[in-house]
Amino acid sequence: MSVVTIHRKVLEKNDEIARRNRERFSQRGAFVINLVSSPGSGKTSVLERTLEFFEGKVKLAVIEGDVQTDLDAQRIARYHVPVVQIVTNGGCHLEAKLVEDALTNLDLNGVKLLLIENVGNLVCPSNYDLGEAMKVVVASTAEGDDKPLKYPGMFLHASALIINKIDLLPYVNCSLDVLKGNALKINPALMVFEMSCTTNAGVPEWCRWLEEHLSG
Amino acid sequence: MHELSIAQSILDIVRQSVPEKELPDVRIVKLQVGDLAGVVPDSLEFSFTVLTTDTPLRNAKLQIDHVPFVILCNACEKTFTNEVGFVLCPTCGGADTKILSGLELQVVEIELEDIKAEAP
Repeated sequence: MSVVTIHRKVLEKNDEIARRNRERFSQRGAFVINLVSSPGSGKTSVLERTLEFFEGKVKLAVIEGDVQTDLDAQRIARYHVPVVQIVTNGGCHLEAKLVEDALTNLDLNGVKLLLIENVGNLVCPSNYDLGEAMKVVVASTAEGDDKPLKYPGMFLHASALIINKIDLLPYVNCSLDVLKGNALKINPALMVFEMSCTTNAGVPEWCRWLEEHLSG
Repeated sequence: MHELSIAQSILDIVRQSVPEKELPDVRIVKLQVGDLAGVVPDSLEFSFTVLTTDTPLRNAKLQIDHVPFVILCNACEKTFTNEVGFVLCPTCGGADTKILSGLELQVVEIELEDIKAEAP
């Protein structure tokens, strides 16, 4: 047997494209968020409330990732911001190359905040750097308080956690303290926002925190 | 199920590292996979087999070395391992910890059958 020793990261190609994306974002002065969660936890609603908050104040753009349809892009287009839909045709996550391709159809001129909504999936997207400044994970109360323990990878790689649908707490089997505690055991540095996209609770706090990261 | 695209990335690396005519000699592709890398070994092996059948890499098998999730507590100056990805120190409860391993996903070695060595 002869042995070739290489030590190469399996996802090095993705990481290389992500680095290019990151460079491009920083040249344009755009702060980029990669929004991840399981399906149905309310990523698109978080985007909508965020767009409302910044309307007329800060220029935003959105990249939507879904397995099929441009339904989410249609929802976002109502807010008159540049939006591109990536349809992965079965792919369970976004990759840096898909984002790079999407950027050819997205005018980043003057955009201070680019929100990328990943495919709803708490496993695969954690492996793929897109070139974002930070990952933000959304977990809704209806999913239960054990999500961070079941899907630690995603919480480990995120900078912030949005606990969504807090208006449903009286009706679902979920303790806010347990959910928060579980997430912080995985990643003590997580910024945690308690939110309801129905009542708008927590939205201003989240948006003001985002605002702190935007370039002037 | 992103193991198929990960298997594809592994094959790309093998093809870049071994001359084309030697691809049928590749027997083992050795990987390091951290326990918190978010990869299912069985799915990865299955995907690898699907992608290599009837190709020059048909003789290649994946060998996956698991890397445990290990944290170092700076306060206690001790290392701890767990399977769930907790980064809080289990002794002092502190958050001043560092992840030492468990997130790896890399190709470390490719073993080829040495045809010349077997010749008389």
